[in-house]
Amino acid sequence: MPLDQEQLRTALLAIIKTLAPETDTAQLVGSLPLRKQIDLDSMDWLNVLAAIHDGLGVDIPETDYRHLATLDSLVAYLSGRLAKG
Amino acid sequence: MRTAVIHKSRSKPPVVPVDAATYWAAIARELAVSVDGPLNIAQLAVDRHAASANADKTAFRFLGEAGARRDISYRELSVLTDRFAHLLGDLGVQKSDCVFVLCGRIPELYVAVLGALKFGAVVSPLFQAFGPEPVRARIAQAPGRVLVTTASAYRRKVAPLRDALPSLQHVLVVDDLGDESTQESAQESLPNTLDWTTAMAAAAETPVTPDTTACDPALLHFTSGTTGTPKGALHGHGAVLTHYATARYALDLRPDDIFWCTADPGWVTGMSYGILAPLVIGATSIIDEADFDAARWAAILADERVNVWYTAPTAIRMLMKAGPALFAGRRFPDLRFIASVGEPLNPEAVWWGVETLGLPIHDNWWQTETGGIMIANTAENDLKPGSMGRPVPGVVAHVVRRVAGQPPERIATPDTVGELALETGWPSMFRGYLGQPERYRECFADGLYLSGDLVRRDADGDYWFVGRGDDVIKSAGHLIGPFEVESVLMEHLAVAEAGVIGKPDPLAGESVKAFVVLKRDVVADETLRRELLAHARRRLGAAVAPKEIAFAECLPHTRSGKIMRRLLKARELGLPEGDSSALE
Repeated sequence: MPLDQEQLRTALLAIIKTLAPETDTAQLVGSLPLRKQIDLDSMDWLNVLAAIHDGLGVDIPETDYRHLATLDSLVAYLSGRLAKG
Repeated sequence: MRTAVIHKSRSKPPVVPVDAATYWAAIARELAVSVDGPLNIAQLAVDRHAASANADKTAFRFLGEAGARRDISYRELSVLTDRFAHLLGDLGVQKSDCVFVLCGRIPELYVAVLGALKFGAVVSPLFQAFGPEPVRARIAQAPGRVLVTTASAYRRKVAPLRDALPSLQHVLVVDDLGDESTQESAQESLPNTLDWTTAMAAAAETPVTPDTTACDPALLHFTSGTTGTPKGALHGHGAVLTHYATARYALDLRPDDIFWCTADPGWVTGMSYGILAPLVIGATSIIDEADFDAARWAAILADERVNVWYTAPTAIRMLMKAGPALFAGRRFPDLRFIASVGEPLNPEAVWWGVETLGLPIHDNWWQTETGGIMIANTAENDLKPGSMGRPVPGVVAHVVRRVAGQPPERIATPDTVGELALETGWPSMFRGYLGQPERYRECFADGLYLSGDLVRRDADGDYWFVGRGDDVIKSAGHLIGPFEVESVLMEHLAVAEAGVIGKPDPLAGESVKAFVVLKRDVVADETLRRELLAHARRRLGAAVAPKEIAFAECLPHTRSGKIMRRLLKARELGLPEGDSSALE
């Protein structure tokens, strides 16, 4: 049973909370770029993607990174990738 | 085929040996100044071109995150920097007062830096990824009266500590929040600040004639040592002679080039070569306002027709990791020279350049203290992948061994590891550590600047980096002082002691790892680990805070009570721990 969008969002927030525990995830605006709202450097961002790979089994190619700036776009992207199997 | 040496077919100009002083005097003459006379960086970088036939040439091309482009010509830059210089005068700022900048790579940052230099103020950049504590520690050290920042950075990093920074009289805020949910402008919601746009509009735009000399202080760059507070390295206006000469010699930069230096101006590379050097040469610089993005970078290199590219090993390794698909089908016919700085460039990265971009990547070496490139692989010289190259003209290097109570011993035997030392006197040599004359003096002996970096020189005269002589961590090309990180961890009530090391990282070179000893009766669990990480990230910012925190029962100490970070690191790496005779 694939994760629905809400479950994906919860999983992503848990990943963010692990790597940047100072984040108040309740305050995050889904439509604004994540890195404008959370202090994530390049290494943190790669760690987020690595955790997505480990946790959700989705390997995101670098060419897709530019579409993943916001929480909403990340959820939509992962949802699409997981639906394709 | 991969070989030990990449031979250059370019014909080499005849080498005319001149001593360093003669060389720098000739460079100064080219720019119609003298090495110790009247000289101003902004005049040479901006006004000189604005008064020439190149006035309408693009100085900076800003690429906005969402695809916007803005070109600023040398003429426009001259007028804008005149305005900012007037603005500083209107605020009552005095020559040699310190102007801090803390913002992203937006046009206002560049105007503030160059305008403040024109005025004769000392410019000190603060890295935008610093958290409040690194910002406070740096502003508190310098008599900084002015800060130029963005509304978002001010709110997050400066407002909470404004009361602790009495020297900071004027804060100019660029409104980057725009029409967010609140109706009020950024300025209304940020008391005790001035709106950049309003203040600039009110300032005169009559030409400003700088009255600085080569020796007057111009730039203040903070760097980290093993112990104590960050050190503020001061450079004079004369440093620009090194920026100019090395951009041409070590980066092969020419006036008609499109140049892209990817370093952030919050660090010395982004200041010396991201702002100043290309302007003095008269080239056009690409400034990308966005964060690193592999696909975006590949597109910029091709679409902006970059001729000379100056970047860093971490970025190159991230591009390599992104895989060949990113560059498949792209060609870079305009690209002529690629250089890298920040940490040693591994041979694989040099070859990746050859195979992917059609050119090798040329590593070079310098430090905040040296102010400009000192040792470099150049367009003319054959390149040994993994080597940092040879000293540039006007710089004389030695490999030395420190001897207690005596002058350093100069090592002549090839391939012997020693400390890299430079004969003093090049124009961009730092003039002091702000308020720390003792630490400054300790950097010199017998007419040599002692770099703290361990190297070896091979029989051909090429230098190879071996390691740091101290415990400073180098992550993504940036120096991080372990003491600064340990101090913040120790602020936490649960922490008895902390030891911080650089753990080898395939992309960043090193990542910051902290070992924490808890106070008696405190339980080490995941909740506390996260709490400590959150505390460190909030106080230090993502760029300085540890990426990993481990609990330890105790830390190794010397007899005098200092934490033995080297031993921590050896244990982390599973290496033999070596001589432990100084252990407690």
